[in-house]
Amino acid sequence: MASVTYDHVVKRYTADVTVVKDFNVDIKDKEFMVLVGPSGCGKSTALRMLAGLESITEGQIRIGDRVVNNVAAKDRDIAMVFQSYALYPHMSVYDNMAFPLQMQHMKKSEIDKRVKNASRILGLDPFLQRKPRALSGGQRQRVALGRAIVRSPKVFLLDEPLSNLDAKLRGQTRIELQKLHRDLETTFIYVTHDQVEAMTMGDRIAIMNAGILQQVGSPGEIYDHPANLFVAGFIGSPTMNFIPVTTSDSTAKASGFEVKLPQSVPAGKGTLGFRPETVTDRPSQDGANLEMKVDVVERLGSDQFLYGQVGGDQVTARVDPRMKVAPGDSVKLGLDTRTLHLFNADESAVF
Amino acid sequence: MTVAAATRQESLAAIWSPQWIAQRLQRVLLHVAVIGLTVVWIVPTLGLLVSSFRPVSGILTSGWWTALSPPFSFTLQNYSDMLAQSNLGQALFNSFMVSIPSTVIPVTIAAFAAYAFAWMKFPGRDWIFLAFVGLLAVPLQLTFVPVLTFFVAHGIVPDNLSNIGLPPWVGLWLAHAGYGLPFATYLLANFFRALPSDLFESAEIDGAGTLTVFFRIIMPLSVPALASLVIFQFLWVWNDLLVALIYVGGAPEVGPLTVNLADLSNSLGQGFQLLTAAAFFSMVIPLVVFLSLQRYFVRGILAGSVKG
Repeated sequence: MASVTYDHVVKRYTADVTVVKDFNVDIKDKEFMVLVGPSGCGKSTALRMLAGLESITEGQIRIGDRVVNNVAAKDRDIAMVFQSYALYPHMSVYDNMAFPLQMQHMKKSEIDKRVKNASRILGLDPFLQRKPRALSGGQRQRVALGRAIVRSPKVFLLDEPLSNLDAKLRGQTRIELQKLHRDLETTFIYVTHDQVEAMTMGDRIAIMNAGILQQVGSPGEIYDHPANLFVAGFIGSPTMNFIPVTTSDSTAKASGFEVKLPQSVPAGKGTLGFRPETVTDRPSQDGANLEMKVDVVERLGSDQFLYGQVGGDQVTARVDPRMKVAPGDSVKLGLDTRTLHLFNADESAVF
Repeated sequence: MTVAAATRQESLAAIWSPQWIAQRLQRVLLHVAVIGLTVVWIVPTLGLLVSSFRPVSGILTSGWWTALSPPFSFTLQNYSDMLAQSNLGQALFNSFMVSIPSTVIPVTIAAFAAYAFAWMKFPGRDWIFLAFVGLLAVPLQLTFVPVLTFFVAHGIVPDNLSNIGLPPWVGLWLAHAGYGLPFATYLLANFFRALPSDLFESAEIDGAGTLTVFFRIIMPLSVPALASLVIFQFLWVWNDLLVALIYVGGAPEVGPLTVNLADLSNSLGQGFQLLTAAAFFSMVIPLVVFLSLQRYFVRGILAGSVKG
């Protein structure tokens, strides 16, 4: 069993610098968990505490049933892939992968078997005798993965492993990592600031901001039911539309339009949220039509995004790519009211 | 006017533009400065080399440059006279016996100390480091009397050391180690600090202890720094006369080459023509050391460890 539990974990550097606040997550055995958040949100620190590279100020971290707070990094049965790969530059690819096994005083024949096996999985066979400097970024990245695989650890920790790769390679490696996770049947904990990586790779995602865990859930749950304004704005590209509204009973009134809400809410002020794909050139089923003055048109081939003003508010819409629009035009758009979000004044979601 | 002619004129105009002249001038000035410095360094050495092949009468009557125009009169007399002295071999041996431990001891200690200063956390680390590096400012000569007094009081003098079966140079080794340590530690600590911390963290997770990290990761990556340090320290010890004279004295059975060569002109009265040959003879070893370690000054030994 290699579940990982963060139990009220706190990381404090000095009395008033707390980088991780009361962090609670249960990561199941064999799960691919992604920790995501903007830079400086404490996600890397959370991972490094699990790795044993940072001390834990308060709370407990458990791997399986074992509390690891005071266990040395090497005895936690984990492997970590660093953003910089951290390959040993003076050792060949083979020696890089053999190093952690040599440290365990494993037999030479067993080391050789494991290294060969990992290199076959990762397609590193032609490079085993090369030094890291003679490899491309993608190959180095695979060596770093190989060094983690050979140990067959209980938990894999990956700290932004793709951020030094170019866009195309990143896409490929994303798929390879998911395959690897399926083949190895091990718990993966993956830290990233890229919401696309989080959405595509994670079984579940934990979103952090300013040291505080915002929401944990499957990519679908998080996309469809963000717990608060931060999560709603962080996940999804282009970002969700946020319109200040005044609510009364079951209607929400914005500066340029009015919509019927799916449930009645107390009168007051709030923020209405809806994703760009819910604003289209098709007329709305229930009369929620917006009149947009277009500022910018982005054609991506498969999609066309319009950025403009509705009343006094900034709105992004995704319309049919064949629709002919030019900046300065006024267009009539329909809002699909089935996936509206409403956020309280304290930024938490009402629905 | 043809097209080709027009282009030629344009490129001529480009060649004589003010930027081009400024760039050109800058390069010329740089080259002049570099060549000038080189000449300033080389001329005396060259003079020494030429003199070492001239007969005594020539050296005493005219400048070395006159030997470069005919009639030529070169001789190997100085070299054969110098090599003919009886205890040259002993002095050479002594020099190695002084220089090698006096290089190995401080570099080894400094490497361990620098690792601690660079990567271990202990209370007062930065202050201790500062005090250590501050010792660089202490003049060598200031230490002679107290250190020698200490050595004499504790029997760390050649005669006594030989009596108890130790090499007579132990005191000199210790002294050179002490004089070399602050600089060596300072240089290596700075080098170690610049190594990426990811490497150490990765090694820690991989299960490497402090000593394994030191020997299997830091040492191989620090070869350029260690090589330059070894060269510095070796040259300094090899060329040193004063420290050796003070701690082991001028006795031929313990004195290194420098002491032997210094005696050469004394014992032979005005035989300074022998010194020219001797100087070149003593330069051979450091040159060999330098050239053989030079290939370790490889740039970018860290390339490929981190980043893409």
